[in-house]
Amino acid sequence: MTVLLFLAQTLRIAIPYLFAAAGGAIAERAGVVSLTLEGFMLGGAFGAVLGAHYTGSAWLGIAAGVAVGVLLGSIHAGASIRFKADQVVVGVAINLFAVGITRFFLQLAFQSSSNSPRVVGFGASAGGSSAAFLANPLVWLGLAVMPAMAFVINKTRFGLRVRAVGEHPQAAASVGVPVNRVRYAAVIASGALAALGGVYLALDQHQFTDSMTAGRGFIALAAVIFGRWDPLRAGVACLLFAAAETLQIQLQAAQIIPSQFVAMIPYVLTIVAVAGVVGRSTPPAALGKTSE
Amino acid sequence: MNTRTRVLLEESVLPPLVALVVALVAGDLLIMAYGQAPGVVWRALLEGTWGNSYGFGQVLYKATTLACTGLAVAVGLRAGLFNIGAEGQLAAGGFGAGLVGLMLPAGTPALIAVPLCVLAALAAGGAVGSVPGILRARFGAHEVIVTIMLNFIVLALLNYFVSAKLHVPETLHTPEIHAGAVARLSGTFDAFHGSAANWTIVIVLLAAAFVWGFLFRTRAGYELRAVGLQSDAAEYAGIRAGRVWFSAMAMSGALAGLGGINFVLGYKNYYEDGFTGGAGFLGIAVALIGRNNPVGVLLAALFFATLSQGGLAINAMVPKQMVEVLQGIVILAVATAVPEVRRLLRSAMSRRKAAP
Repeated sequence: MTVLLFLAQTLRIAIPYLFAAAGGAIAERAGVVSLTLEGFMLGGAFGAVLGAHYTGSAWLGIAAGVAVGVLLGSIHAGASIRFKADQVVVGVAINLFAVGITRFFLQLAFQSSSNSPRVVGFGASAGGSSAAFLANPLVWLGLAVMPAMAFVINKTRFGLRVRAVGEHPQAAASVGVPVNRVRYAAVIASGALAALGGVYLALDQHQFTDSMTAGRGFIALAAVIFGRWDPLRAGVACLLFAAAETLQIQLQAAQIIPSQFVAMIPYVLTIVAVAGVVGRSTPPAALGKTSE
Repeated sequence: MNTRTRVLLEESVLPPLVALVVALVAGDLLIMAYGQAPGVVWRALLEGTWGNSYGFGQVLYKATTLACTGLAVAVGLRAGLFNIGAEGQLAAGGFGAGLVGLMLPAGTPALIAVPLCVLAALAAGGAVGSVPGILRARFGAHEVIVTIMLNFIVLALLNYFVSAKLHVPETLHTPEIHAGAVARLSGTFDAFHGSAANWTIVIVLLAAAFVWGFLFRTRAGYELRAVGLQSDAAEYAGIRAGRVWFSAMAMSGALAGLGGINFVLGYKNYYEDGFTGGAGFLGIAVALIGRNNPVGVLLAALFFATLSQGGLAINAMVPKQMVEVLQGIVILAVATAVPEVRRLLRSAMSRRKAAP
């Protein structure tokens, strides 16, 4: 029983990571740096609550959250691709913007600086029975997203193009691949996917709270890097990070190791991975370079 | 238009101009979305910041921290490295200063205590900054990834030290330091009464002057900039890029760490978890708009400090979060508009040259 509970809780924590990491994987494989996952998630969460609040439908909440993700993804894509702005700077700006704009509209729409009113959603809040958890369509979508992303990137024509523009854009362009269009598609998709991670959080908790994503976008980015930019490995990394978090929650009462040290695990592993101490993790060759 | 005016336009005039215009336009929209009159709100923002000495003191206080993180990011960028870790380095610097201030016996003369605390802040920030420097030089690990991850590690570590070892019960801050406090400006100038502005600002101005002199008047600074412009070419000229990366990141971290004394020694006299409040990330914006030039960084720090203090001044009319939105939009606008206008200017120039 405890094993089952452990698995359920791990999944519950992993779902937002899986969505956001899938978004991170496709954008980064196309050569665009994904520091924006955090902002996309937060925007998606807020969009979902706005949508669910005004329509009373969780499904329309999902649609609204994804729409916000597409919008933010388009800003990221336009600035990085059309205007060739520094992608790291754009990422930082979009994250700041997302925190600010959600707070601003939280005031404007709900006259609160901390949280929205309760909205419809999926599953019971706080704890939640496993039946309610399984009735959440986003859980199933989240479980499928990484295998699907692996298929898209590794087996489809679009995926081949994504890999080509991420590794060697000039070569891709010379054989007629529309480099910028592929990148636009990848970045906007990453906005929509990461936003779904935020949508899941908001609809699972039935409300939006200020800065509710709490760094999850960066854990997802860590998973992408730790998974060496491969969707399936990144998916496994998401599950691993989520399991560590679950363990920490379960052990909290026991006080064996301070929670802060468990929280560090994803970041430490990622640094170890990029430093190449055990099996170097190498980014796509053209990552971050949009200036021709 | 000759090259000189073009460079002046691109580097000095354009970024702040774009920042100001975009902030005004976007701000107008947000203010009107909230059903207020832009003119009234902007006036309140100016009056609450530059219009009275308390507000101005607060602007100076906030600008002091931002100048440090801005200088930190600027030094990194001059070496071709993007330091996104200023947030963690700032916190580490504040913690280092606070720790030394706690360990010193009460009554240690300020002439000894303050320099020791400042050194601790520099050392702690520098230590955190040197990690990505070493990993880049030794293993080629990308500093953007390492600094992001390190932020979370450092903040978690400091949170642990404070919450488990050092805190005053029911709070997330340490006891007050015994020595090393930096006096408020209000002690000398009555007008600043109540504001957090303190003499740290002089230390930071000296640091900015030092950075300027180092970058543009020393051999090591020249090497740093050479590596930043073209590391392969610099290597070919006999400069060891790895060593430059390491020292640039250590220096960058130390500058960010220095910012920690503004809060810990100058304002609260204790280290508090979360005191950085995003100043490390805003340092990126400050460096961007200040064009990685120490003088530009100081001016940009004043601009962002005015925005953030101004948010409090208008909070009764428009939620203060408006300024957070503006900060994001300004960074985005400067990052996109400046390269674009630069390209337009260049192509206009080359067309004129091509014409008979």
